[in-house]
Amino acid sequence: MTNSVNRTSEALSDSSYLPSREAMARRRQRRYLADGAARWMVRAGGGGVVIALALIFVYLFSEVVPLLRGATVEPAYSYELPAGASEETPLLGLERYGEIVMRYSASGRLFYFERDTGALLEEIDLNIPPGVSVTSFGNGEPRSRRTVFGLSDGTAIVVDHEFELQFPEEGVRVVAPAPVFPVGDAPVVVDEDGVALTAITVQAAREDIGVAAQSADGRMLFVRYQVKTNFMTGDQQIERRAYELPTLLEPVEHLQLSANLWNLIGADQQGNLIYWDISRPGDALLRDRQIASEAGEQITAMQFLNGTFSFVVGTSSGRLAQWFLVRDETEDAGDNIFFLEQAREFSRHDGAITAIQPEYSRKGFVAVDDSGGLGIHYGTSARTLYLKQVSDRPLTAVAVSPVNNHVVAQDDQGRIHGFSVWNEHPEYSLKALWGKVWYEGRSDPEYVWQASSGSDAFEPKYSMVPLTIGTLKAAFFAMLFAMPLAIAGAIYTAYFMSPRLRGFVKPTIEVMEALPTVILGFLAGLWLAPFIENHIPVVFTVLVGLPVAFLLVAYLFSRLPRHVRNRVPPGWEAVFLLPVIVGVTWLMVSLSPLIEIWFFDGSMRQWFTDIGITYDQRNALVVGIAMGFAVIPTIFSIAEDAVFTVPKHLTQGSLALGATAWQTVTMVVLLTASPGIFSAVMIGFGRAVGETMIVLMATGNSPVLNFNIFEGMRTLSANIAVELPETAVGSTHFRILFLAGLVLFAITFVVNTIAEIVRQRLRARYSNL
Amino acid sequence: MRNWFKSGDPWIWMIGGALSISVIMVVGLLLLIAVRGFSHFWPSPIVETTAVVEGEQVRVLGVVTNSETLPADRIRESGQIIDDDAILVTRHLFKVGNRDITGRDFVWYLESTLSDFRYPENAMMVERREWGNFYGYPLRLEEAGVPVAGGDELWPVLQERIVRANELHGQIQQIERYEIGRINGELERLRLEERKMDHRQLPAAERAPIQRVIDQRRQALEAEYEVLRIQREELQERARRDVLIAQTANGIETPINLSNIVMASRNNALSPPGKLAFYGHRIKDFLTGFPREANTEGGIFPAIFGTVTMVLIMSVFVTPFGVLAAIYLREYARQGPLLKMIRVSVYNLAGVPSIVFGVFGLGFFVYLVGGSIDNLFYPERLPAPTFGTPGLFWASLTLALLTLPVVIVSTEEGLARIPRTIREGSLALGATKWETLWKVVVPLSAPAMMTGLILAVARAAGEVAPLMLVGVVKLAPSLPVDGQFPFIHLDRKIMHLGFHIYDVGFQSPNVEAARPLVYATALTLVVLILVLNLTAIAIRNRLREKYRAEGD
Repeated sequence: MTNSVNRTSEALSDSSYLPSREAMARRRQRRYLADGAARWMVRAGGGGVVIALALIFVYLFSEVVPLLRGATVEPAYSYELPAGASEETPLLGLERYGEIVMRYSASGRLFYFERDTGALLEEIDLNIPPGVSVTSFGNGEPRSRRTVFGLSDGTAIVVDHEFELQFPEEGVRVVAPAPVFPVGDAPVVVDEDGVALTAITVQAAREDIGVAAQSADGRMLFVRYQVKTNFMTGDQQIERRAYELPTLLEPVEHLQLSANLWNLIGADQQGNLIYWDISRPGDALLRDRQIASEAGEQITAMQFLNGTFSFVVGTSSGRLAQWFLVRDETEDAGDNIFFLEQAREFSRHDGAITAIQPEYSRKGFVAVDDSGGLGIHYGTSARTLYLKQVSDRPLTAVAVSPVNNHVVAQDDQGRIHGFSVWNEHPEYSLKALWGKVWYEGRSDPEYVWQASSGSDAFEPKYSMVPLTIGTLKAAFFAMLFAMPLAIAGAIYTAYFMSPRLRGFVKPTIEVMEALPTVILGFLAGLWLAPFIENHIPVVFTVLVGLPVAFLLVAYLFSRLPRHVRNRVPPGWEAVFLLPVIVGVTWLMVSLSPLIEIWFFDGSMRQWFTDIGITYDQRNALVVGIAMGFAVIPTIFSIAEDAVFTVPKHLTQGSLALGATAWQTVTMVVLLTASPGIFSAVMIGFGRAVGETMIVLMATGNSPVLNFNIFEGMRTLSANIAVELPETAVGSTHFRILFLAGLVLFAITFVVNTIAEIVRQRLRARYSNL
Repeated sequence: MRNWFKSGDPWIWMIGGALSISVIMVVGLLLLIAVRGFSHFWPSPIVETTAVVEGEQVRVLGVVTNSETLPADRIRESGQIIDDDAILVTRHLFKVGNRDITGRDFVWYLESTLSDFRYPENAMMVERREWGNFYGYPLRLEEAGVPVAGGDELWPVLQERIVRANELHGQIQQIERYEIGRINGELERLRLEERKMDHRQLPAAERAPIQRVIDQRRQALEAEYEVLRIQREELQERARRDVLIAQTANGIETPINLSNIVMASRNNALSPPGKLAFYGHRIKDFLTGFPREANTEGGIFPAIFGTVTMVLIMSVFVTPFGVLAAIYLREYARQGPLLKMIRVSVYNLAGVPSIVFGVFGLGFFVYLVGGSIDNLFYPERLPAPTFGTPGLFWASLTLALLTLPVVIVSTEEGLARIPRTIREGSLALGATKWETLWKVVVPLSAPAMMTGLILAVARAAGEVAPLMLVGVVKLAPSLPVDGQFPFIHLDRKIMHLGFHIYDVGFQSPNVEAARPLVYATALTLVVLILVLNLTAIAIRNRLREKYRAEGD
């Protein structure tokens, strides 16, 4: 400094050292330029950071938005059927690469044609003996691509419309039709009496192929074929076992078999659904019969959804309903007794439903009606994603691509209409996330979170309710533990404690705010949880014992002679209580086994189980204590500030008017500082809601739905940590986890903002007082 | 009595008690971690005793790690027979090691069935590279099947030879970890060169010379590898030379190859300074060693290294941007309700759950940005992702975003504390706004920025939840910084102290054996974070004093 001053004065003394006027101007210009450049840089950089932070919200939102979109359907092409247009089309099919459409005709012919142009690729005539005609048609689960033709002589032909991938040269892929006849291409006997089959269905179980049919004279038949291949010769032998089922002698229109061949569902002409239990086909039972139609309605289509747990019924008035088998849980029902139950309805079509085709890997389906309407619906979420009239003519058949990106429909004049479809997230609906949903195989509508499983037939359950309740439960118990301790401690520290002690206590507790929660979680899970499990009585005895001990010490202190009391400086009560707490806690821990013996037959945990309370080792109590511990410093620090900054003239005035210290605290200090304490609690709550590691480590992470303090929970945040790394990018599950993140973000942001505003108001008020 | 209640004194005691509970919990927690963490390394006395289990007497040799008192009924329920008139039962958890022989390395014994504890000088604890610890008595040392030492001279000879075996082990490790690793890295790079040529569809004529160079290089590397492999086998052969024959408490003779021994110690025979030396040695091993046996044994060096690297890279991003944003908010932006809103929002981001930042990091950084980088710059490696998968860089960036509010808040506070007089003085002397900022305000508030950075580092070092999504793994095969080009591997996955605690404590197959190690890791993390925070507090306090003086 001195150096430069000297130089300046030297420069002043000799004017020739001064820069010339132009140099000065240039320099000034440079400085202003730098100033302006800096302004822009800081604005750009600083503003950029602010925008980047805003981007978090925008980005999370953008990942969630696709959930809200319905399906989009765009017409892609339309052409006349290349061949056999005069015959009816019982089934259309699409293969996954989107190149070929497959069509069955009612007379037993298979047509394969190019999807985009309609050019005929192959035509296969089934091996139907002369003089015999096709009398019925049925199909299995779409994934199996299995169909069956029932013939007029009581026989049937089973066909799988498989496709073959060929690679004639590198980088070239050719999809070729390759139908498979699993029980041979000759008709197999279904009805030994040789009566025509009027309704038929097929399904492949693990080894067997099951065919169920009704003959023209009203008998219900169930046949299982088992194909045995001789390893030496390669010859195939077909073993046939036939069963006759009880019947109502009414003709059924539609038949469907479940994939395990345990359940057969039929629909008759009066609009009734009939359920046969064929799990033991030898003594099959007709278990249930329910009316599925309104007056004047007929059932016009019926199909099992993927997994064959539930089926969709379409009627002549355009109604679509999902039904499934529900276990009878009444006492005397016995095991595995099911009955039919309607789970939900979908948006009504304008015309009679003519065809339904389920999706291959999800619980959705497409349906067409005779007013030319095409609908895309989804079972679990009860959502109708698309429903519009797409053709002037009635539509008679429909097919959906195995990867759900294409739909092909045929009208009654033999014209094919193709649509490209975007339908990525049909599982989402507000009701599926927040309402009770009746899932397949459950006896009642429930809130369930179970997002993934190994099987394709699995129905993902995305109810956010158990997670939200779990989050609130964890936060509630944490606040229950933390609030009294933190607020009481804060008032004491700010108002009663001696300044010297305060200078030590406050930073000690505040430093704990920085303690990694993973350490708290680890201690809670590996130390506290087993400790509490072995010493459950301690929880209750300490809860009662400590306050009693405090009062006792306080009373004894007040009985001490005055000259002893005066020796003790004010604001040291807390220090005296330290050994008391340690002593009482130690006593309670050593008494704990005795208490268990005296009152709970040796094990309180067992006692809880006996009176019907579930006790998990890692439970809400442990989480409450650990997470309470994590939020105590937050609440303490802010509340302490609020109490400490209450203007001194208020408290002094109160004391001068004769109020006791305690009256001053409750009547003046607390009232004035209450907004600050409120904001402290809000911020603590926000922290408890979002805390991840403690809940992850100190609970069992099972998404249960209760407020039992001795059971665990799964929170939104822990759920994200557990499941997000393992989901497919862009899937519905992935986006729903993002939605959970967004919900957490929004909750904490709002809570913190309210707290911050309250705090700023309070600060302004103090400065006015 | 009633008057006493009316005076409110009992309530003062009550809220005082609440505070005391909080303080006790805080201090107790720190003590718990410290005691458990430090005692992991202490050479605890090895107890020899006998116990009666199912009517049979067994000899027990091991370290008592836990004791508890239970109602007798609970023991009876588990099927053990105890005296009918017993009400309470005390039992001890012994770490008896020898997992390879008995299958259980931790056993509870009822105190009533134990005889007196003895501490034989000859009892030995052997830390092994596999199968955990061994507890027993040394018998003799064999070299290639021939006894070379026994009796009194055994112990010094054993120690010498363990040192030799450890040196050999170190050399083998050096070859495996670094030299073979380097060759593998180069081979991988050659493979990628080829893929790149495929990808660009180079004409055969251009390709041939390059391919020739690659082939030559590959042959050279393979030859080099062959040399190393032979060298390694020789070393392994030499390391396997010596075998310690030891006896377990129940008299089973067990050979322990010296190449499998990390260290052996006769805890009961150690003098206090010997114990201290041993203690220091083990702490050093813990901090600088690599993990073994699914992370349940050995050191945590990669976790420390990963944490530090990640935090440093994070600092490189968070400091300039945080400071810039703070300067903008405080000095350049037009003050008003909008700015107030922005400021509150930025502050509140500090309270947004960290897992949300993890979700953002995974979706935006890893999948969106990382995926695009892969498509643009590393197409030859696809479908194996380079940056399109969680890794060091994304972990650092996510944490930078997470800690940005901390730095902004702290810096703003520092800027606000600079007395007006100082700024006005500078402006009055003709300095531009930028000059005032850069030469006067920023240097003065540098300690505040420092505080912010330290707090940010402390927060980042302890954060685990977002890292689980964006780049931390239980076992990283290599460190993120090494001698291979480009030296700092931003795409690598890293290990992290906090995640290590979670993983070892909750996902490891043998939680009981891993527990002391988790405590020790937790202690390391706590110490690191407390030191950082206390530094920040100290700087802040000094700063306040300084400005109070200057402001007056």
